[in-house]
Amino acid sequence: MKKTALNHAHRQAGATMVDFGGWEMPIHYGSQMDEHHAVRRDAGVFDVSHMTVVDLMGPDSEAYLLKLLPNDVRKLADGQALYSTMLNENGGIVDDLIVYRVGPEQFRIVVNAATRDKDLAWMQEQSRGFDLELMERPQLAMLAVQGPNALEKVKSALPATLAAQLDNTKPFHAVWEGEWFVGRTGYTGEDGVEVMLPEDQAETFWNTLLAADITPCGLGARDTLRLEAGMHLYGQDMDENVTPLGCGLGWTVRKTDNDYTGGEALQAQREAGVPHKLIGVVLEDRGVLRPGQVLIDSEGREGLITSGTFSPTLQKAIGMARVPRDFTEPVRVKIRNRELPVKVVKLPFVRHGKIRIET
Amino acid sequence: MSYVPDELKYTSSHEWVQKTDQGTFRVGITEHAQEQLGDIVFVELPEVESSYAEGDEAGVVESVKTASDIYAPMAGTVVAVNEALEDKPELINESPYDDGWIFELQAEDEAEFEGLLNADDYRALIAEE
Repeated sequence: MKKTALNHAHRQAGATMVDFGGWEMPIHYGSQMDEHHAVRRDAGVFDVSHMTVVDLMGPDSEAYLLKLLPNDVRKLADGQALYSTMLNENGGIVDDLIVYRVGPEQFRIVVNAATRDKDLAWMQEQSRGFDLELMERPQLAMLAVQGPNALEKVKSALPATLAAQLDNTKPFHAVWEGEWFVGRTGYTGEDGVEVMLPEDQAETFWNTLLAADITPCGLGARDTLRLEAGMHLYGQDMDENVTPLGCGLGWTVRKTDNDYTGGEALQAQREAGVPHKLIGVVLEDRGVLRPGQVLIDSEGREGLITSGTFSPTLQKAIGMARVPRDFTEPVRVKIRNRELPVKVVKLPFVRHGKIRIET
Repeated sequence: MSYVPDELKYTSSHEWVQKTDQGTFRVGITEHAQEQLGDIVFVELPEVESSYAEGDEAGVVESVKTASDIYAPMAGTVVAVNEALEDKPELINESPYDDGWIFELQAEDEAEFEGLLNADDYRALIAEE
């Protein structure tokens, strides 16, 4: 199994380690629930060094990304980031990612760990005919520091010049110095930063964060936090069989043109009608929603829970589901031998520490 | 190593069984099992008066992370369930051998109790995992 530079530090912090897509990663350090609340109420740190960082440079970088991505990197000023999917020719989602503009001809992309090999192959294949260089950066560690107090607390651990710039760094913007790169981004629905740094400095940085009273958090809490925040997980809420239009990510697709890989397929789908949509659901009864459970609507149409869990903030089960476009309430979920009513809600469930749905 | 009380019997699927003063058999999951599951958020209890063969699914314990079936350790009829778990499923995390008990069986054949694992057997089992 692959190990991050913080493997030893996780064990010292009492982590239970699991196999996560070939990486040995912490699932929790005692209580997933406590870690979740720490991020909603204070500050937590996640090791996300397993994620794949790719630097892109060369005169055709922007033109290449306009082809590779359905979102619009022309909108990005230097230091600004956006979220996008990456599509195949059929409009199916190869992966989702964050792209930062570092300069006029330079970008940094962060993709998922589990899809690394196919992503790099696809990015390489799509780069044919463009004058640019793609360079993976496996020697960078990545830590996400998240929560209402994350920005204040992380400053003490950052190089002074970066700490000083942090107050003027807006959400979805980044600052950097040498190999340290700090983006005000995350996957929890809270304020915070994602810090990339040389892996030989990661353990010292981690220890400074813990000394600043930031709670170490595992991938378990990361999943409940992102689901409460209504954020998609690749391989569950989206994959190559669904387009961004069919899973609630239409907002990440530019409207100006269809000149990106998968663009024609999306246009055809718009004209024919998108077959699916993504909805948020809340279980009113006791129980837990899980991926794979079947939803049934008023007309007997069926949908599928793609992500489900018990929400520590709502103290109820929540989920995201892929359903036919005309799916209508009332909706029930099949759990083992029972059918229980669920309420359809607008995402997100929780953002910035507050419940955003009516309960 | 998780706590494994000497006076209880165990199954390889991580239930514990205790003979009560009334001659019934109280069932729960072990400290090791609750540690593996993590924060427990829901328990589906069996219905009182339902009958099970040994090894039948009698309920479900769900944590944030996963769902795990609870099996009847002996053939019998459910005579009581721990209704406190409906509002406080975390009792299983906090007190797996006491307040976190799950149900009580009237056994069909009490001799099955003697065939369950003793504490040393169970300690050996979890040491191998």
